[in-house]
Amino acid sequence: MAQNNVRVGVDIGGTFTDVALDLSGALYTGKVLTNYLQPEQAILDGIHLVCKRAGIDVKEITTVIHGTTLVTNSLIERRGARTAFITTDGFRDVVEMRTENRFEQYDLNLSLPTPLVKRTDRYTLKERISAEGEVLTKIDQNELNALVKDIIAEGYEAVAVGFVHSYTNDIHEVQVQKAFEAAAPELCVSISSHVSPQMREFQRFNTVIANAYVRPQVSEYLGRLVTRLIEIGISCPVFMMHSAGGLISVDTASEFPVRLLESGPAGGAIFAAKFASSYGENQVVSFDMGGTTAKICLIEGGKPKTANTFEVARTYRFAKGSGMPLSTPVVEMVEIGAGGGSIAHVDDMRQIRVGPKSAGSEPGPACYQRGGEHPTVTDANLLLGRLDPDLFAGGEIKLSVPMAKEAMRQKVASKADLNEEQAAFGVTEVVDENMANAARVHTVENGKEISNFAMIAFGGGAPLHACRLCEKLDVDYLIIPPGAGVGSAIGFLNAPFSYEATKGMYQRLNNFDPERINQLLSELRAEALAFVERGAGEIETTTTVQAFMRYTGQGGEIGVDISYKDYVDADVDVFREKFETGYHKLFGRTIDGLGIEITNWSITVASKLEPSTPIALRRSGSQVDVTKTREFFDAALRKFVTASEIQRDSLSPGDAVSGPAVIVEDETSTVVTSGYTLVAQDDKSMLLVNKKTMEAV
Amino acid sequence: MKLSNVDYQIMWNRLVAVVEEQATTLIRTAFSTSVREAGDLSAGVFDRRGRMIAQAVTGTPGHVNAMAESVPHFIEEIGRDNIFEGDVYLTNDPWKGTGHLHDFTMVSPAFYQGKHIGFFAATAHVVDIGGRGYGPDANEVYEEGLLVPIMKFIEKGQVNKGLVNIIRNNVREQDQVIGDLYSLAACNAAGDARLMDMMSEFKLDELEALSDFIIDNSRAATLQRIADLPDGTYHNEMMVDGYEAPVDMKVALTIAGDTLLADFAGTSGPSKFGVNVPMVYTRAYACYGLKCAIAPDIPNNTGSLLPFSVTAPEGCILNAPHPAPVSVRHVLGHLVPDVVLGALHECIPGIVPAEGASALWNVLLSARPVDPFSGLPPSEILMFNSGGMGARATLDGLSATAFPSGVSTMSAEATENVGPLTIWQKDLLEGSGGSGEFRGGLGQTIVISANEGYELYFNAMFDRIKYPARGREGGKDGRAGSVMLDDGTILNGKGRQLIPAGRKLILELPGGGGYGDPKKRDSQQVRADLDAGYITLDQAKNDYGLDV
Repeated sequence: MAQNNVRVGVDIGGTFTDVALDLSGALYTGKVLTNYLQPEQAILDGIHLVCKRAGIDVKEITTVIHGTTLVTNSLIERRGARTAFITTDGFRDVVEMRTENRFEQYDLNLSLPTPLVKRTDRYTLKERISAEGEVLTKIDQNELNALVKDIIAEGYEAVAVGFVHSYTNDIHEVQVQKAFEAAAPELCVSISSHVSPQMREFQRFNTVIANAYVRPQVSEYLGRLVTRLIEIGISCPVFMMHSAGGLISVDTASEFPVRLLESGPAGGAIFAAKFASSYGENQVVSFDMGGTTAKICLIEGGKPKTANTFEVARTYRFAKGSGMPLSTPVVEMVEIGAGGGSIAHVDDMRQIRVGPKSAGSEPGPACYQRGGEHPTVTDANLLLGRLDPDLFAGGEIKLSVPMAKEAMRQKVASKADLNEEQAAFGVTEVVDENMANAARVHTVENGKEISNFAMIAFGGGAPLHACRLCEKLDVDYLIIPPGAGVGSAIGFLNAPFSYEATKGMYQRLNNFDPERINQLLSELRAEALAFVERGAGEIETTTTVQAFMRYTGQGGEIGVDISYKDYVDADVDVFREKFETGYHKLFGRTIDGLGIEITNWSITVASKLEPSTPIALRRSGSQVDVTKTREFFDAALRKFVTASEIQRDSLSPGDAVSGPAVIVEDETSTVVTSGYTLVAQDDKSMLLVNKKTMEAV
Repeated sequence: MKLSNVDYQIMWNRLVAVVEEQATTLIRTAFSTSVREAGDLSAGVFDRRGRMIAQAVTGTPGHVNAMAESVPHFIEEIGRDNIFEGDVYLTNDPWKGTGHLHDFTMVSPAFYQGKHIGFFAATAHVVDIGGRGYGPDANEVYEEGLLVPIMKFIEKGQVNKGLVNIIRNNVREQDQVIGDLYSLAACNAAGDARLMDMMSEFKLDELEALSDFIIDNSRAATLQRIADLPDGTYHNEMMVDGYEAPVDMKVALTIAGDTLLADFAGTSGPSKFGVNVPMVYTRAYACYGLKCAIAPDIPNNTGSLLPFSVTAPEGCILNAPHPAPVSVRHVLGHLVPDVVLGALHECIPGIVPAEGASALWNVLLSARPVDPFSGLPPSEILMFNSGGMGARATLDGLSATAFPSGVSTMSAEATENVGPLTIWQKDLLEGSGGSGEFRGGLGQTIVISANEGYELYFNAMFDRIKYPARGREGGKDGRAGSVMLDDGTILNGKGRQLIPAGRKLILELPGGGGYGDPKKRDSQQVRADLDAGYITLDQAKNDYGLDV
């Protein structure tokens, strides 16, 4: 390449906008406060900041990659466009009736989340497609024209269309879209067969509605961003990070903004995945802990686990079912209400409970001295000596031990009949236990055993808690990479261009029809490839295919990886074998005598990434001299211990620090418990190894 | 290591996670649609004495108390000196398990370092148990299928093959049923493995101290909640459809100090059909309803359940003895919370909701080719559907939402892929919520027909067709349900019936009762409800007094 390759990743989060700049392999990072009114302003400020640090002009930037919580926030805060929804006559209330259950069994005053589009804005049309894709009831063109006229007259900003079984045949949805194109070409119309052609009407309708709802806002924002970047001389291509961990063009993002959901956390997973593949760790659990929530993701073979459905905007203590389920490709993550700001209290059984309520950054934990009266996880960490009151956030926020102690005494210790230290230990132990249990259940759901995994921890709070989590989960290796505070933005720089095309097509293996499969796969591949080329041009790509299969009549499918090729009749055995292998892996057995069927299909086309440079993990090292110590509470030993205090930037590759130890840096502190030893790595990562494992070697 | 209070708390949390993992394993591996889709299962851990110490939060309150009671029956029948490492026991006895033959309860003793320390138990609804199939038409439990008394499914690791063979030869869908029995055993084993980890992490050699801690704390908190209620005896009576005759459900709720007794004396006698309820199931739902109102946040275990005493005279429809038919005991069982909550309303007004549709409208459809020689395959389709919940004292009732059951409905698109039928409508039933200052939840309309070449049989097990959900404090009743064909033919609310080829089945599910005088409802809210079609013009004018 003639000129430098300068790539910038920008992640807009709730509090901070993080920026990472890669100058031919050298990394520069920065953080600026998020600007809610003009998010693009923070991006420009952040870019200027990192360019200054890198000593280059903004004009030298060759690629900008962006991820944002804009879509997620817009859905949570209900700030989207006034949207009309058109559906099949007889199904007006699918998005209101949801799954007809209560996500909390014992709460008589439960409220269910209201749909994005209220009943008066939901319209119906007489039409019907069968499960096999045949037209049972044709659309009456006059009725359609009248409906289009009504909707235009009402002045809606966006329209979503979702018909029953449209994933098998989009003819009616396309007919409606065309009618709007003819009558009101400027109106944004999203149709479910294009946004999310998967079986299950509740999720598909939700997805097309969410897409329509955020579309005007997102395309306006992206347009503004590109213009502002050009104004300051950045005319290079801009790409968006999508929720499944890949990049798409700004145009594609404007058309399908629902694919941008949770793109920040997806960047975090890519960040962890990069380290996992460099180290050749095949089974990794990533652990990201911030102020209000913790996120857990499984990374196998260097790839974050993905899923086809996702629940956004949970309204009730992060309870499953209390949000909006969407069918769109995502990196699969478990999110729990456990962060530094999570508030502790004592319930009627005198048990300590932590979260999901958070003190946030305002007023923040009691020790921030900003009027917070409730003890939080951060207060507990402070009382247990795991945080240095003078060095928090690089010394910018002075923490008050007496205020933390008082809050802990009032709200926890006195009610649970404990002293403040015991109470603080109880708080951290409860929150660690909650996170460990969530991680364990998530791996069980995926048919895996967590003690076989290594952990990669990042985000402000994770390094404080990760080692204890590993003790609880019997995980022997913990990696804390460098730059963990802006992990998502760095992750963006490592993401491939990719697009996942999905479609529902029902087929039983005893009616195996390779012709139909081949046709569908080639259509899906062409669709996905077109989107990738829209961003990346003609490049070398990989194609992966998943068939979602189950035993006839089962409620849930499993994703089965199959090759992209032309199938023939005899390949029915390939499908059966792959399904049975996958089923056995997940559930420990197969069942003879049951039919097998395929419901949904998915193809991902991705640009080929350069293989990550392998780095040999140093699993042992030589103990460094310790000049400073501090007391902290070791949870496994249930007592205060004298811990070595080490500056992270003083560590050289091969240095080892035997726990108990605290490793201090500006953004966070890493706790090494008595059971673990830290070994500094060549790439500035820190590896924490269970001492028992070291002895065994 | 000396264990502190914090350690006990952590272990309590851990046990809850252990049983969640046990339940998750079952949901992931089960074949029964109602387990997988609807959470019709239960999982828990017990101490050596048979006291439940933690239970997974799942979709079926009906299993809550029932499974808690079952383990002592197992201890008694198996005999303490006959309990070995590697054993697994089972039963589907409706009176010792969870109320009907379709539910199997599987109990596995847990051993640590050779010492018996407790039990894992799990319950699941299997796809078939022989007999007439799932429906209310039997006259004795013998017709409802195979009853497996409490016995060993596995002894010291050896599967009882004779038993498996008997079950296999007595049920339809053999592979799925036998598969589910193994799923139950496997989920107990998954819980057991996690418990063993905890035992070694905390260096325990038994569970008794921990179970005392959990049960004593939960019991004390529950007793305190009961003691906070005003003393007295409170009555309620509710008429429901039943099968061949209406059923009068009566309760007297007595609160004295920290004791609480719900007594169903005066309730109608048994039915000839399978709507009878074994005592264990009545107790489960009565307890669930009361617990929602009095102690919703206290976890389920023997300590939090025991303070709720529930009795019914033997021989009444809510305490039906063997060999009464009990297959669809859920219909009246689901109505029990409305009865006890109505009595509790007299004691603590402003907490409990108005009556709701309450009983699920499960539709079991059998699609059969009109021409038996056509070669078209037969098909069985199960759907769960819910009417409206009663309005709350400060909130509208939830529309088309299951209560007290916690099951989910299935996607109409998925259902149409399972069998040859078309669902033409599944929508809120306008105007079906009882008027009130807070409106009852709406029921729903479902319209179904068989596809070309098929006719449908269906097993009706529906209630609140003759007796709708009543409003509270001046709120109006919810709309009653109805079952008919599109040519106007009225069908029965219970029993097996035919939907001829070419005809459509129309189900109108009941709405919930309203709460408070409808005239007090905010007029803008009334107007909005009318615009959205939640209420009819007639209701807006006559019930709410809106000037239209």
